[in-house]
Order: sequence, then C-alpha cells, then structure tokens
Amino acid sequence: MNELYKIFYLLVFPGFAFLVIYGLLLEWADRKIVARLQNRVGPPWMQPFADFIKLFAKEDITSEKADRFMFAAAPIIALAAVLTTVIFLPLTVPALFSFEGDLVVLAYLLTVPTFAIFLGGWYSVNYFASVGAMRATLLLFSYEVPLLMSLLGPAILAGSWSVSSILAFQASHVWIAVYQPIGFIVALVALVGKLERIPFDIPEAETEIVDGPFCEYTGRKLAIFRLMFDIELVIVASLISLFYLGGFSYGNIFLSALMFFVKTFAVVAFVAVVKASFGRIRIDQMIDFCWKYLVPAAVLQYLLIAAAKIWM
Amino acid sequence: MHHTGDITFPVGPQHPALKEPEFFSFDVDGEKVVSADIRLGYSHRGIEKGCEERTYIQALYLVERICGICSHSHATVFCQGVEELMGLEVPKRSLYIRTIVGELERIHSHLLWLGVAAHEVGYDTMFMYSWRDREIVMDLLELATGNRVNYSMNTIGGVRRDITKDQGQKLKEGIDALEKKVIYYLNVGIQEKTFMMRVKDVGVIPKDVTEKLAACGPTARGSGVPLDARRDDPYAAYGEIPFEVVTSDKCDVLGRTLVRIGEVLESCKIIKYAIDNLPEGPIAVKAPRKVPEGEVFARYETPRGELVHYIKSNGTEKPERVKVRAPSLGNVLPVKYMLEGYNIADIPIILAAIDPCFSCADRMVRIEGARNNREMNWQQLRAYGINWYKDK
Repeated sequence: MNELYKIFYLLVFPGFAFLVIYGLLLEWADRKIVARLQNRVGPPWMQPFADFIKLFAKEDITSEKADRFMFAAAPIIALAAVLTTVIFLPLTVPALFSFEGDLVVLAYLLTVPTFAIFLGGWYSVNYFASVGAMRATLLLFSYEVPLLMSLLGPAILAGSWSVSSILAFQASHVWIAVYQPIGFIVALVALVGKLERIPFDIPEAETEIVDGPFCEYTGRKLAIFRLMFDIELVIVASLISLFYLGGFSYGNIFLSALMFFVKTFAVVAFVAVVKASFGRIRIDQMIDFCWKYLVPAAVLQYLLIAAAKIWM
Repeated sequence: MHHTGDITFPVGPQHPALKEPEFFSFDVDGEKVVSADIRLGYSHRGIEKGCEERTYIQALYLVERICGICSHSHATVFCQGVEELMGLEVPKRSLYIRTIVGELERIHSHLLWLGVAAHEVGYDTMFMYSWRDREIVMDLLELATGNRVNYSMNTIGGVRRDITKDQGQKLKEGIDALEKKVIYYLNVGIQEKTFMMRVKDVGVIPKDVTEKLAACGPTARGSGVPLDARRDDPYAAYGEIPFEVVTSDKCDVLGRTLVRIGEVLESCKIIKYAIDNLPEGPIAVKAPRKVPEGEVFARYETPRGELVHYIKSNGTEKPERVKVRAPSLGNVLPVKYMLEGYNIADIPIILAAIDPCFSCADRMVRIEGARNNREMNWQQLRAYGINWYKDK
C-alpha cells in the first residue's frame, strides 16, 4: 500500500500528471489575464494543451553545429529537476520526503533548470543562443541571492531548514508574510526573475536575440522546455505560498485543495499583472536593481528578524 | 588598447526586430556594440525603372505602392512634381484635402511607430493600446478616402474624392477622441519607469552630428534640428495653416518619441483647422496627357522625414527618369552613429527610433570594378539560378 502510494504521489498527485495539467492551466490563466489587461480577447483554455501537442507532433531539428547529446539532454535535465522538487513540497498532502535541510536541496533543484538553459543555449552554437545563454547565467547571479535570502528568512524565523517545519510554524502562528513583508516582496520580485518573465525576460528577449537559448530548439525539445517553465511556475508559486502565505494544510482535503488553487492563482495573477505593466529592462539595469535594492532589502529583513528574536 | 570586438553579431536580413529585410552586422564585445555595419539592398523592387515604362497616371499608382505606410506621401509628391512640370493651377480645395489625408496618415504612422517601439523594449501593453487606438484613425481614413491603406486619393491636377460637410464633422469627432488618447500616452503611457529606462540616454546623437550626417524628419527634430519641409518649403495648404514644428533637445530615443507624440497632437490641430477652413470649389482640374520637357524636384515631409522625388520629362506621356529619395535613406548614416557604444539590447529600439522603412529606401547599387561584376538579362539570371542549385 505504502509503495503504491509513493508511485501514485510521484506519477499522479501531486506529481507528474497533476503538475503537467495544472501547469498548462496556469499558463492559460496567465495568458488570459495578460490578454485582458492588454485589451485583447486571449486564448481559450485548451490553447496551452493544443500548443503542447502541436509542438510534440512537429519536426525535431538539431542544427549541424550543435552538440547532439547536450542539446538533447538540456530540456530533459531541466524538466527532471523541476519535477523532482515536488518530492519535498507539501502540496495539500504531506511531502514524500522531509528532512532538516531540504530547503537547500530545493534551492539546488530550482537552480538546475537555469544551468540546463545555459548549456542548451551554449551547445546550440548560435549567436543568439550564446548571447541568451550568457544572459541567463548573468540573470542567475542577480536574482538567485535575493531569492535564496528571502527563502531563508522564514527558515530563520521558524528555526528550521525544513519546508514542513516552516509550514508547521505558520499553522501555529499567522502567515510569515505578515511577519516579513519586506522578505515577501523581495521573494515576489526575485520570482519574476526566476521565471524569466517581463521585466526580467532578458535571456529570451524575442526582439533582441530571437528567444535566446531556445533559438535553435524545435518540436519535442522546445515543448519540454516550455512545459518545464509551466511546471516551474506551479512550483515557485507554491513555494511562495508555502513560505509566506501559510501553505495548504488545512486538515480537510477540499479546503486544502481550494486554498492551494487560490494561493497559487493569486501568485500567478501577480506575475501576470507585472508582465502587463512593464517593459523589458537591460541586463546591466537588472544587475544594478538586484544588488542595489533587492539584496539590501533582504538584509534589512534579516536584521529585523534578528532584532525581533533578541527582543522577544 | 585597440579593441575590435570578440564576435560579429548579425541582425538581419531576417530578424524579429526588423519588419523588413535589411542586414546589420555588429562587432560586439560582450554586450557592447563596438562598431556597426549596414548593408542596404535586400528589398529592391525596380519601381523607378517601372515608372519609366508607364504613363504619368499609371506611374502615380505605382509610386503609391512604394510604401505601405506613407503611400499618400509618395503619391502627393509625385503629383506635385508633375503638376509643376505641367504648370497646372491646382484648386485650393484639393490642396486642403491632400493636407487632411496627409496629416491623418502622419497620425496613423506615428501611432504605429509608438506601438512598434514599445514592443521592441518588451512593453507590449503599450503596443496593444496604441494599435487599438490607431484603428480610430484607420477608420477615419477609410471614411475620407474609401481605403485603409493605399488611399488612391490623388490624381494629377487634384484629388479624386471630396470631403463633404458630414464627413468633415465625423472626422473632427474622431480626431477629438484620438487627441484624448494621445494625451494619455504622453502623460501616462510613456512615463512608465521601465520604458523610460530603456529610451532615456540611449542612441544619443548630438545636434551638430545630426546636421553633419543629414538626418531628417523626427530623427533630426529629436536632436533639436528644426528641419521640416512643411515649413521650410510649404506645399499643399501648409503655407496657410498655422502649426508648430515640434522639436526636442534631448537627442536620444526619448526625444524622438516625444517629437512624434507632439507631432500627432499638432496634426490633430492641422486637420481640425483644415476642415473648418476648407475652401469651396472644384476638387480637380483636367490634366494633359503629355508633359512638357523639363525636370523637377518635389519635396514632401512624410511621417519619417523629407521625401524627394526627382522627375525628368522628355515631352512624351512617359517620364524619362523618376528618382525617389526616401527619408529612411537619409537616416541610415545617423543610425550607424547612434548604435555604436550601446548594448546589444539597445539595437532594436535604436533601429526602431528612426522609424525605418527600408523597402522605400532600397535602391540598386552597381559597384564599378568589383570582382565578379557582370550584367545579365532575365533568361541568363534564371539559368544562373538553376545551375547554382544544381552544382550545390
């Protein structure tokens, strides 16, 4: 029974099947919200599914100069890393594995896709892909530190480096977003960078470097990359909800599921509104912004936590 | 240390930042553009030669198709040139109607540009909004001329359609609605911080360099050079209509943006004034088929800058030579200057800031004394193409 549940957890809920379907649905929600804000009609709900199937049916071209192995491996590595994170996340049901320090594993797994994008772009051997790949790495250097700092804030407050313990802390107190508003804002901004979306979609920048690292990707491999981004959206949205918005464990399965949908949708709605309100900034402006404003804000949050811990 | 850049970064002939095929190659050092090289000639269509084989009235419809956006400009400037050769006295009412359509075209072109520029920096909401509101002016153009593009409004000796009182009223209503939207863009849309970050102090070209490199249109006016053929050499009804030449001394992409938005507002005023003061009378006079021998140089201020048509007549019903100098050709050298020293990320917006229209500007270039330089007729070219693919 237990083994069966583990397989069910990995493959169906909240694992592979659920993440794929929910990811594609969130992509639709995102596109629809942006479209409505831009005074457009927007796609029907099945559009992301249709796009995904269409891409799978399309010809899969590997350019002659590309390194065949790395070119093919990059999307799979990225998708695998993102899917693996679900093991450590209590998405409505308790996490499959939980141990002191799984937060670090989670952070590591979320960094892997960026490196996969870098490798995929680099081994495409294409001007635009190379520039995009370098930009993806530069972007990582600017958002990764504030993102990690904003995830460690709740860990310090809860006194544990385990996602499940942070969740338990919030169950007995109020949402961490109330304790750490600055950290919450930093996390939301860094999340937009993590997802490589406007105003931080610098590695892709279709009008500048033609979709950057994905320039040479077609068919199945491109479909996998796009699916990876959709699932990453679910994972990162749940991560923010788990760390700052009280998570999804309400005892009652229906209430938990409802809260899961509401909270992840709220985060996606936020990034969609951001996407519709800004233009794309340059990579140097992005690094300036992250290190001049986001990192000091995260440090300020640490100081406030430390002060609060000493005084209370 | 002399630095020539690490890699050559190509933009074009096919690239999402370019709406028409043109080749730019950049020597880049990391993300910095060290030097830029521009190669024109990817969309040469032989229109000048085509004009020589048509009568003047047929050529008028051909020149109207040089550009999809400033089609009225090309047709008007051609008509002006031919009318000058013929010594025709064109009725005042038709001159006013030409002015009205020309200004509507300017509004539509500048709103289109605003959307493209916003899209180049990823600010798609502005793109969608300005193109939605551009529909207002497209509808007005359809109301006035019957077409959304290639209006076919001009004929030699006047215009082909009249603007009635009722149409004039509707035009004014539409322009009023549009004016409100444009003021909103000026005060809210382009004030968005990320948009500002991308256009401010980007693509700077000082006033003296702009003059030296012979920039024209909003590119020149954005650097504080008050060049405007409408004021400098009034044609159509511009001599009688009061208007201001909008300039900006910012010298960067932001300056060019402000100039274009200012010009839209100025165009709205011109249109309203022209409708209110539309003279009575006929809209066209009959033009002779044959044009007396002579040559003429006609000027027109298109949305992109000064357009020049040179027409040489040999006394027959077909022109001997038609030469088109489109404004984008004048702005190519300045854009090379603007691009150097900025980032790869700035390339699309700097290119877009001159509002390039390459297919208007493209002319055939014959390089004397170059290697493998030979002339072919159509059959030889076809055979050459077939053999080239066979040998491949």
